[in-house]
Amino acid sequence: MKRLSTVAPSVVVSLAILLFIGIAAVAPNLLAPGNPLAIHPMASFLPPSLGHPFGTDESGRDVYTRIIHGAGASVLIGITATAIGLGLAIVFGLLAGLGPRWLDFGTTRLLEVLFAFPGLLFALLFIVIYGPGVLTSTIAVGLATAPGYSRIIRSRVLVVKRAPYIEASLVLGRSRFFRVTRHLVPNVAGSLFVLATLGIGQSIVWASSLSYLGLGAVPPAAEWGAMLSAGRTYISSFWWLTFFPGLFIVLTAAATTLLGRGLQERVRS
Amino acid sequence: MTALLSVRNLSVTFGAVAAVHDVSFDIPAGACVAIVGESGSGKSVTARTILGLAGRDATVSGSINLDGPDLDGPDLDGTEVTDASPRRLRALRGRDIGFVSQGALVALDPLRTVGREIADSLRIHTNLSPHQRQQRVIELLESVGMPEPTLRAGQRPDELSGGLRQRAVIASAIALNPRLLIADEPTTALDSTITAGILDLLAGLRERGTAILLISHDLAVVSRLASHVVVMRAGVVVESGSTQQVLREPQHPYTRDLIAAVPGGHAHVGSPAGDPVVTAVGVTKRFGSRVAVDDVSYELRRGRTLGVVGESGSGKTTLARLTLALERPDAGAIELFGQPWTASPERDRTARRPRIGAIYQDALSSFDPRLTVRQILADALGSAATVGGRATEAELVTLVERVGLKATVLARHPRVLSGGQQQRVAIARAIAPRPDIIVCDEPVSNLDVSVQAQVLALLDGLQREFGLSYLFITHDLGVVRQVSDELLVMKDGVVVERGATEAVFAAPQHPYTRALLAAVPDLWA
Repeated sequence: MKRLSTVAPSVVVSLAILLFIGIAAVAPNLLAPGNPLAIHPMASFLPPSLGHPFGTDESGRDVYTRIIHGAGASVLIGITATAIGLGLAIVFGLLAGLGPRWLDFGTTRLLEVLFAFPGLLFALLFIVIYGPGVLTSTIAVGLATAPGYSRIIRSRVLVVKRAPYIEASLVLGRSRFFRVTRHLVPNVAGSLFVLATLGIGQSIVWASSLSYLGLGAVPPAAEWGAMLSAGRTYISSFWWLTFFPGLFIVLTAAATTLLGRGLQERVRS
Repeated sequence: MTALLSVRNLSVTFGAVAAVHDVSFDIPAGACVAIVGESGSGKSVTARTILGLAGRDATVSGSINLDGPDLDGPDLDGTEVTDASPRRLRALRGRDIGFVSQGALVALDPLRTVGREIADSLRIHTNLSPHQRQQRVIELLESVGMPEPTLRAGQRPDELSGGLRQRAVIASAIALNPRLLIADEPTTALDSTITAGILDLLAGLRERGTAILLISHDLAVVSRLASHVVVMRAGVVVESGSTQQVLREPQHPYTRDLIAAVPGGHAHVGSPAGDPVVTAVGVTKRFGSRVAVDDVSYELRRGRTLGVVGESGSGKTTLARLTLALERPDAGAIELFGQPWTASPERDRTARRPRIGAIYQDALSSFDPRLTVRQILADALGSAATVGGRATEAELVTLVERVGLKATVLARHPRVLSGGQQQRVAIARAIAPRPDIIVCDEPVSNLDVSVQAQVLALLDGLQREFGLSYLFITHDLGVVRQVSDELLVMKDGVVVERGATEAVFAAPQHPYTRALLAAVPDLWA
């Protein structure tokens, strides 16, 4: 009970939001039984009401239903992109942190070159080469975030590998493989978990940005960025077409970030 | 004679926890009273409360009365610290009460010169011109025995050694001629020759009329400086009286235990020497242009303890790391059981590593923070067994009980254990692979004196039981006298003296050894 009372309110709210979005992603029909693609030309551009809490779009599709059903795509893109970014970063970070000096030098210089590009620009470059689409935009976001993670992981590896407990393990006659797998990787992974939580929100925003630019998911897919993009034509007359998808992007990103910060505090204490 | 500081029935509680209960004592001008006790005895809380720094969570009752003759500042005139406003307290601190804190290493701002740090209190409390302040800073540094005060005043703390930093802290504490100086463990982190200098400095201040409240766990330091001793335990005064009386004829059993626990009171009775287990020949290690260990040779025999003493920077820790083959010597070699050790590749060493274990000064940082005691010890037992060997619960319980812990600690994380328990876990881990040799690097330096005695007794028992050989690194001459059969005295990487421990103590040959021995505040003199 004591543990519960020390949880910050922001973390509780974040958890509630993420739980809602999680249910929407896994079982959208529980929250919105309708068909996100069903069109009702007679009921287009209806403002928010009891029947359509978030209103309807130009084809009379229910915006609420589309947002709930779009959660899966948006969250999946966010998680996949973060996983790609972190996966690459683990490889780079461990290589740089544990490898011989020339390998560390090479990897670090490569990361510095990648850092010279703003992240989103790097993602755009990738899409220019491989063409737009959900898959390429996800990979692009993952690639664009990898250098940042790599640097953090490399510095963690460098700290942990000099820790007295790693040396104590060597003194006990443990192999290098044991020291890395038993002590180094788990202690580096602790900070990874926090990074991942912080990263998912960022990835969702980036993936939505790419969709908004028409380079990721394309309408009529119920992806939040794509919905935002489709609604921007009507932004001055029918605000709900852009407001609600935007709101969900912001809520998800804010909730994951707050949760990540909460975890960070906990890890630190 | 009226007391400068008089503390009556002082109690401090934090929530439901009583840190200090019903403490009373007086300090006349020109006298030194020492509060002695171990971690958690409430001695530091008492000091902080007198400074009005008990903290917001503390409930303070009783009275702290400062009363002094009107010398050069406003009369203290029976100031009650417990009732004083924060403003009044700020005026008192620095001007009337000086404070020398425990961590001289962290008490100074790393980005400012020592001179500016000391000039600060002069700037706040006096109206001296900047030039006069500069003048006074130099005088102060001179008075605390700082060599080249003009040069030192312009340096930052990281350019000074630990002893010089502690002198700078004392200089800033006495900048305004406070009538009371509170010194909380002023010598704890310092080497013995430096400690002696700091104690002489404090004694000089006392002669000039400053009242000193000394907080210490070190009875030898206390015996050199204090006229009165207050022994605290768990927030309560268990005994108080003149230093002579308390240390010579302690009444309370706790005081007697404390005194008995001071190492060095009796010599080590070793086992007969066996075959050589470690042989070092002409070992040299350089870091850049600095020679950390210079042409050192030694032989460690089965069942014996070789003590290595020296002050910080003497190369003793590097010698320990060389012995553990964590560093490669630039010249010379170390052999283990007559086989090449430092000269062989790590591949060949790994299998033999379980034979030579280690315990460290900071036990906690040598444990993986994620693991429980059970996991740590199971790992250590596993490394001894053949590949894939797993420790059974019974083995684990036997192991922790052997080092004097209860089986319930197995489920805990080391960070929630006390310092002594942490060191016991570290010892359990070291003996788990059944080693022949243990390298002990300052294993008891972070521990309270009674815990120190218990840990030393444990190491002694294990040595007899398993025929272990110890390479025992320490800066504490009392400890080394108690544990070691032979002794190496190191200075600047060189062995300046070696021999049987008692012979070295009885007739030190090298001037440095004599200086070291003379500097030890000796309770048994």
